[in-house]
Amino acid sequence: MGIEFRGVTKKYPDGTVAVDDLNLTIEDGTITVFVGPSGCGKTTSLRMINRMVEPTSGTILLDGADVRDSDAALLRRGIGYVIQHAGLFPHRTVLSNVATVPLLSGWDKRKARERAAELLETVGLPAELGKRYPAQLSGGQQQRVGVARALAADSPVLLMDEPFSAVDPVVREGLQDELLRLQSQLGKTIVFVTHDIDEAVRLGDKVAVLRVGGRLAQYGTPADVLRHPVDDFVAGFVGKDRGYRGLSFLSAGDVLVEDVPTVRVGGAPGESADWRLAVNDEGEPRGWLPPSSTVDGELSESDLVAGGSLYQQGTPIRGALDAALSSPASLGVVVDADGKAIGVVTARQVLDVIENHPQGVTR
Amino acid sequence: MIGEIVDWFTSSANWQGADGVPTRVLQHLGYVLLALVLASVIAVPIGLYVGHTGRGGVLLVGSGNVIRALPTLGLVTFLFLLFTDSDVAAIIGLVVLAIPPILAGTYAGLQAVDRAVVDAAEGMGMRGGQRLWQIEVPIALPLVLGGVRNAVLQLVATAAVAAYVGLGGLGRYLLDGLAILDYGEVAAGAILTALLAIVLDIVLATIQRALVPRGVRLAEAGTKKEVEA
Amino acid sequence: MSFLDELGQYLGSANNREQIVDTLAEHCYLALLPLVLGIVLAIAIGWLGRAWPRARGVILVLANLVYTIPSLALFVVIPSLIGTKMLDSINVVVALTLYTAALLVRPVLDALDAVPPAVIASATAMGYRPARRFLTVELPLAVPVLAAGVRVASVSNISLVSVGALIGVGGLGVLFTDGFQREYFSPIVVGIVLTLLLALVVDLLLVLLRRLLTPWDRTPAPVKTEVAA
Repeated sequence: MGIEFRGVTKKYPDGTVAVDDLNLTIEDGTITVFVGPSGCGKTTSLRMINRMVEPTSGTILLDGADVRDSDAALLRRGIGYVIQHAGLFPHRTVLSNVATVPLLSGWDKRKARERAAELLETVGLPAELGKRYPAQLSGGQQQRVGVARALAADSPVLLMDEPFSAVDPVVREGLQDELLRLQSQLGKTIVFVTHDIDEAVRLGDKVAVLRVGGRLAQYGTPADVLRHPVDDFVAGFVGKDRGYRGLSFLSAGDVLVEDVPTVRVGGAPGESADWRLAVNDEGEPRGWLPPSSTVDGELSESDLVAGGSLYQQGTPIRGALDAALSSPASLGVVVDADGKAIGVVTARQVLDVIENHPQGVTR
Repeated sequence: MIGEIVDWFTSSANWQGADGVPTRVLQHLGYVLLALVLASVIAVPIGLYVGHTGRGGVLLVGSGNVIRALPTLGLVTFLFLLFTDSDVAAIIGLVVLAIPPILAGTYAGLQAVDRAVVDAAEGMGMRGGQRLWQIEVPIALPLVLGGVRNAVLQLVATAAVAAYVGLGGLGRYLLDGLAILDYGEVAAGAILTALLAIVLDIVLATIQRALVPRGVRLAEAGTKKEVEA
Repeated sequence: MSFLDELGQYLGSANNREQIVDTLAEHCYLALLPLVLGIVLAIAIGWLGRAWPRARGVILVLANLVYTIPSLALFVVIPSLIGTKMLDSINVVVALTLYTAALLVRPVLDALDAVPPAVIASATAMGYRPARRFLTVELPLAVPVLAAGVRVASVSNISLVSVGALIGVGGLGVLFTDGFQREYFSPIVVGIVLTLLLALVVDLLLVLLRRLLTPWDRTPAPVKTEVAA
């Protein structure tokens, strides 16, 4: 279900312009991220889609129909909505929180609860949590419940207003991965608001950068925005690391993966003048054995130097470069989808691929 | 002194008839409950309206403060001269004084509901009434009942003062005892009035605890823990 | 005779005017002395509650209990509790001091709890002894929260003093009993208006005092910065 903004403006009575003549088409089944500094009107734009805010002028079309032609409450029941602190109802259990919209829409109780239980599983929460109250959950769990609640009506459109910005960075990354995994299964039209450009680039199929005063500065794929910012504002907003971030969109398919001498943890390593990669019985990397080290008897993990980050074959080249740079042996470990080590790359080789890429760092 | 009080309480004459303890206690309780019901009927809807819509909050708080400053004795004597009927004057006075605490509690209760929760309810497609009754009221309940408790304390105290214009109830013992310098009766009246206030407060506190949704109680305990830590 | 004529006649009498001024002065004394004493008492109790956390629960239950006792009941039993005469103004002062302290104990404890532990720790680290730290660091920082409670207590005291008229010491309350006995509106209306005005004036003074005591808590005027053309 596509969403289209046509000349949408929101002016408040005190004269502040929150959104200024926004024209934008959001494609069906994609994640579109509104990103920008505070005061850029990104949240207002989002909230105009489900009529939490009414535009001063202009039209918003949802699947070709003006949103103002539907009853506001009915419209909202058909659009998933997730907000910053989740906004869970503190006096209701997790399960009845998730069942809110089905019950509002007149489903029978049993069916609504079954659906809610199913959704808890979908967002990766154990079924026992259903009986708890929001106050008994961690921040990350609450946010998952918020997502489940928004999915309950099985609406094709999901609005997410800074849903992950109140949780700590590690949890946030988990939630982002979870959202991408869900989206690969569900294929919803998701509009996502954030002030964090990293989050925008990570999640968005398309990114709309807004500037203060509610004007659209640039709209395109993350790679586009990073590689070709239209002006100083966008360049400044996407930050100094944009060259490096752009590597997230470059495939590492051409990088030569070289063999590396390995030793098995638990085996007898012998001696060697080279760095050797230690693997376990499953072939998963465990660390590095430095050159000329002497080990009495069996190799144990305590003899090893901790390894760097791992690069999974088939993912963007940013990971390959990071693996090479973080490795004590200056050799980035490449693993397959099962986590088995299949070889190494050097930073030099990775940089060669980047420099020889026909379009430079673009998708 | 203690002897006089014991004598008063053990005299069977004080437990019978129109001037007996059971009658006076029931009278006092009756005035309090009647005024509480009338005041709630007026104050709760106004508090809900103002709290839900956010319109008129400043006016509500301001007028509440003015009524709180009204001297109860002045109000009751004024109303008596106006209506020349002690029951009518006293009940009107009691209702007027019970409104501000209930209003303030209801309003504060709705104000205290997390904006994100109300926003989520609206965003999921709840209509105004559904939002109010399913979300805002249950969460606001503890503070609403807190307002009711304050109102009841105010009512028990004022009903005693209203004995001055001829109202029945426990205030009679206080004022009649003072008039004939019977300190046993005065002290007994004071003890009974205080006991009534304390018992009513405990009863309401129990109801309050029972009515607060479990999830809200857990959330409160959570915040308290964070503050203490 | 219209009410305004009656009022003009009432205020025209020098005797009445003198009575009004006298009762107003007495009202100020009866309301404000207990306010000051109650604040001091509440702070002392609050210090005790901080120094001896086990006493906290008991302190809060007692404060709530005192606050629950209806005013007239407390007024009439004070003489027999402390051995004063029935018509002594000390009775009203003691009763209102108890109310003020009971009302303020919780705000004092909350306010002291709200002082950031880092501030207390750094004061201790700089060599403050506990008593001095309490008086010069913790207490001033508690003023903003405390001030809200003091304002409520002052309004409540000013309104409650009138009840004392029923035991012969009531400031402006005497105008109410007077008007009631003579079936005369003017003194009652004058008494009510003066009570409300007094509450308003004292409240404004308290707001002013709080601002003076907490210069760090004001929103600073925007510091002018050079703006490039």
